[in-house]
Amino acid sequence: MDTATHVMTPEHDKQQVRRIWKAFWALLILTILELSLGLTIYFLEKGAPSAFAILSIKIIIIIFTLAKAFYIISIFMHLGDEKRNMIMSIGIPALLFIWFITAFLVEGNAIRNARNTESGTRQYEQKHIRHQPLNVPPGAENKYKVPH
Amino acid sequence: METAVVQTKKGIWSGGRSPFNVSYGKLMMWYFLLSDSFTFGAFLISYGMIRFSSNYWVDHNHVFSSFPGIEGNAPLAFVSLMTFILIFSSVTMVLAVHEGKKMNKKGVQKWLFFTILGGLAFLSCQAIEWTHLLTSTHPVLVDGHLEYWNTTTSHNPWGPRVMYEGGLVGTPGPVAFGGYFFGITGFHGFHVSVGVLLLIITLINTSNNVFQNRGHYEMVEKIGLYWHFVDLVWVFVFLVFYLI
Repeated sequence: MDTATHVMTPEHDKQQVRRIWKAFWALLILTILELSLGLTIYFLEKGAPSAFAILSIKIIIIIFTLAKAFYIISIFMHLGDEKRNMIMSIGIPALLFIWFITAFLVEGNAIRNARNTESGTRQYEQKHIRHQPLNVPPGAENKYKVPH
Repeated sequence: METAVVQTKKGIWSGGRSPFNVSYGKLMMWYFLLSDSFTFGAFLISYGMIRFSSNYWVDHNHVFSSFPGIEGNAPLAFVSLMTFILIFSSVTMVLAVHEGKKMNKKGVQKWLFFTILGGLAFLSCQAIEWTHLLTSTHPVLVDGHLEYWNTTTSHNPWGPRVMYEGGLVGTPGPVAFGGYFFGITGFHGFHVSVGVLLLIITLINTSNNVFQNRGHYEMVEKIGLYWHFVDLVWVFVFLVFYLI
């Protein structure tokens, strides 16, 4: 295996460092965009924004986050430079997240809908708990009867 | 006597070399990170499910709106600082890995030192934020009278606000918020702490010429993978707790 030392030409070296800083600026700019969108939501919510507008902004923020994740994994962690087989052995199991996220969020939504139905909002009733006295003296049963 | 089997096939899986062209340690670090991403994923997704199943959730711009030393409202400000610190420490880490590939001990030492500083700065910020949430109290309307609650795993003063005696006060909010927030950011902070510890050990070993004598700085690369993963998780924690 020749993972240890690569002979690096000064040209290649410079190119690598430039690539690293480029990724850094990309991450910084994406974060600033996310923050400005987050603040946009904050100021919009002082009025009465439409749910659709807020949802669209949030989806854009999620896309920016995925872009950031891509930059970190492919450039900082150098996964993009590995063998294709290895990328697949990590990337394919990670695809399970798609169903993981979808299933649980759909389930959460279904629980909320069930809670908001008539039977779902039924008040919890404290059941009367009966305590049975252990040693009831003969002839005194009535005194120890628990009212219900 | 048997004669040695002559290898005829030269496929990548026929043995004698690493099919992925990486060392065992680096490959296993990747698989550990994959499994760890499912641990964090499970926490974050269960948070998402609870949030989807509730009619009301806390307003993060209201909860995280203070900045130490600044009076008044500053939504997103402090967490932005934390995010920038972590991104920057990620860059210094990748520069340390780069210097290691060139066998430049001085460069590795310098960038590892900055990465450790970044990690410690991030942890300090998190300590400040936790202290702020756990100790500052807020008026909450409980059964018709005011109580003062702090944000813990059992008390959440960030419920829907109502008018009370001419002012807006909070009502008890979903209790799950505290548990998820402290649980997930705590688990992430624990990862950062472990990362800082590993970086300090790596810096000591670098200074003692351990890697120089070994002939490669692959250990710096492996710690680097872990450190970038911690940054990656923060990107998602930042998303679900502070942005959406």
